[in-house]
Amino acid sequence: MGPTMKVTTHPTADTLTLVLDGELDASSAVVLDAELNKPEIVNYKKVLIDCQRLSYISSAGLGVFISHLQRLQDSDVKLVFFNMQEKVFNVFEILGLDSLMNIVPTQEEAQAA
Amino acid sequence: MTSHLRIQCSRQNLQQVRDFVREFLLAGQSSELIVNQVVLAVDEVVANFIIHANGEDINQFLDLQLALIEQRLDVEIEDYGATIFAPSTVAPNPDLREYIRQGRKGGMGMALVSRIMDHVEFFERDAHTVCHLSKVLAK
Repeated sequence: MGPTMKVTTHPTADTLTLVLDGELDASSAVVLDAELNKPEIVNYKKVLIDCQRLSYISSAGLGVFISHLQRLQDSDVKLVFFNMQEKVFNVFEILGLDSLMNIVPTQEEAQAA
Repeated sequence: MTSHLRIQCSRQNLQQVRDFVREFLLAGQSSELIVNQVVLAVDEVVANFIIHANGEDINQFLDLQLALIEQRLDVEIEDYGATIFAPSTVAPNPDLREYIRQGRKGGMGMALVSRIMDHVEFFERDAHTVCHLSKVLAK
């Protein structure tokens, strides 16, 4: 069985949007990690994570975001999540990550963040 | 109601585990939030067994048993590998601000499990490691 996660990228001049499609687990998290590891990511002012089609996240997926967050912050890159499904947001809440990560309801709010 | 699944120790099988737990629980009437939480807890334990206890050796396998009696769910995951694996069952409380500062990737799985499930226990049976999880499911 192949990765259960597809990541598509939508760059503009100062914003990179990553659209997550599928389930982010210990098998598929490597796909996201590869995107966030790209050196050019620190050239953007914002990295927006579109979670509308993200149907599941485990600690492996959370760990990918946690592992990159400081590096992005040190480079003045804002990481913003939007369109998150309730059951996925609940996982962030269980760990208290909802207060440490920037999660907003809509793309408009993410772009304005 | 009971159900059983055997999987080889490959992280490619985590999807199958989640689908197995999801289908079992959706036959009851638990909310999507509760179902997702339990699916996550089982996924985390199974991933630990696959990756840390068995080094993703596909020659090793795990048995999963689900039982739902009234509203109480019992999950048993038995590891047939040779290594006895017993992570601390003291509810971990990771310092996530420090994890972020360090750029740390792992170490949150058992915290999720202990916060989701009512009871978490690892024990040895017939030289195998068994994890028992239980939860009373609210509607």
